[in-house]
Amino acid sequence: MTAWMRFYRNRLAVLGLALILVLALSAALAPWLAPYDPARQSLVEKRSKPGAKYWLGADEFGRDILSRVIYGSRVALLVGVLSVLIAVAGGLVLGTISGFAGGWVDAVMMRGIEILLAFPYLLLALAIVAAMGTGALNTTIAVGVWGIPTVTRMVRGAVLALRETEYVGAARALGAATPALLRRHILPNIVPGLVVYATLFMANAILLEAALSFLGLGVQPPTASWGLMVSTGRDVLLVAPHVATVPGVAIMIAVLAFNLVGDGLRDALDPRLRGSA
Amino acid sequence: MLTFIVRRLLLAVPVLLGVVFVVMLTVDLLPGDAVTLMLGEHATKDAVARLRDHLGLDKPFLVRYLEYVGRVARGDLGRSIQQNRPVAAELADAWPATLQLTVAALVLAAVTGIVAGVASAVWPNSLFDALARLGSLFGLSMPIFWTGLVLIVVFSLWLNWLPVGGAGSLTHLVLPAVTLALPSIAMIARMTRAAVLDVLYQDYVRTARAKGVGEFLVLGRHALRNAFIPILTLLGLQSGQLMGGAVLTETVFAWPGLGRLMVKAIFARDYILLQGAVLVFALVFVVINLLVDLSYGLLDPRIGRQ
Repeated sequence: MTAWMRFYRNRLAVLGLALILVLALSAALAPWLAPYDPARQSLVEKRSKPGAKYWLGADEFGRDILSRVIYGSRVALLVGVLSVLIAVAGGLVLGTISGFAGGWVDAVMMRGIEILLAFPYLLLALAIVAAMGTGALNTTIAVGVWGIPTVTRMVRGAVLALRETEYVGAARALGAATPALLRRHILPNIVPGLVVYATLFMANAILLEAALSFLGLGVQPPTASWGLMVSTGRDVLLVAPHVATVPGVAIMIAVLAFNLVGDGLRDALDPRLRGSA
Repeated sequence: MLTFIVRRLLLAVPVLLGVVFVVMLTVDLLPGDAVTLMLGEHATKDAVARLRDHLGLDKPFLVRYLEYVGRVARGDLGRSIQQNRPVAAELADAWPATLQLTVAALVLAAVTGIVAGVASAVWPNSLFDALARLGSLFGLSMPIFWTGLVLIVVFSLWLNWLPVGGAGSLTHLVLPAVTLALPSIAMIARMTRAAVLDVLYQDYVRTARAKGVGEFLVLGRHALRNAFIPILTLLGLQSGQLMGGAVLTETVFAWPGLGRLMVKAIFARDYILLQGAVLVFALVFVVINLLVDLSYGLLDPRIGRQ
């Protein structure tokens, strides 16, 4: 059975894929889908409860929450995809160098990675943002850099294992140069694991962007970011709970979607790992 | 055993030196003049000069780094810029609250996660298993700052059972601890299920069953002991997750701990305080993982002998 068939037989994974499709469409078609301008304020209608006019209610400034949630998918996906690219590209380059070079280069790089991994979750991203300042771009960089150590370790491990395989040895004996060896024999074998990791990292990247924005250290107002919306809604939590809680549901659905697809891909690409965490 | 402990402790030193280096370097890369950013544009020349001198900014980066490391080695973390108090004192004030919160969350996560995971593995594909796995998926996907707010709405606003925030009594601890524990419960339950399922198919478990050992003893004496090694590793890693999560949980519940202090330090651009706080977090994380490594030997005699 091919990997794709295994993936499609996993109902939860297909559900996740459908959810990602909805997210992507809402990000791409936001101007047409959103019933109102996400920045349009209507102070007399502030904190409106969900109803006929504002399906998901209005926030502290009388802005339509549904429209802002739709536009927020742009921020979540864009920051997510770009930070995944940073993490994968950085990890791929560093991991390949480390795995191929071996010796003291490898030793020094691995000690560096250990140092980055000694930062408890979130704190590395916090330190980067604290130094570089807030904003969408810096948030993306912080989230991406946070992912680099793990990808590096993964790629290095795979390169080390593959380097010793017979077919790589044979290719080398036949005179293949290192770049060709990498492109033809090593990278294709790393890609499946990398795709699984990238999908699961996407879920974490969305969570981390939301968390940084919630703390006020990520995307800045008036941009519609889900984490930021939860943060502003927090000020009126006890009088209008929907302002803070509704955007959080969007975060959860987006993260869930990528987690489901990531789990499904892992089970499909490597049936031996089925069901493991 | 003792040489092993000492060697591992010595190995942790360069990691911590590296952590300080990375934090100081990120702050050093800060565009513009750090001192003006810290004091604001209207600061007097005198104040700027004094802070510049205090931070040693006229010296090269490496000299400052070595000086800081030297002071930290003597237990001096410097003075916070905002409060002008010793950083060590500020950290000491905030530390107990974070310790209380994270330990409560870790215990809650370990107990709930392991019990749920073992039950899932013992009755695979049962209704409980299905619900536990679905719950885990949601637990891993919910942003904890949002979970915290939802719990506040339900338990403080609607039911009026628990306080909205702050610290002081045990009732104040319930919501933050549950909030912080939820993603870890999900992760531990998933991992435990996989680890126990894996062990239950091993030959020695079949042998134990075949020789008539009761199911309860098979689980307790043969299966769980072996499944515990991956679970323990995960617990060590989760402690890092919990410390990071504490930053968010403390912000949501106005919990007076290190996480909130850190966020405040970032907003106040108090880098001396920030450095100290990150260092403490990293130190604790490294020590916990060291303890996890050491406890492997207790669970699996094969590891201890090496």
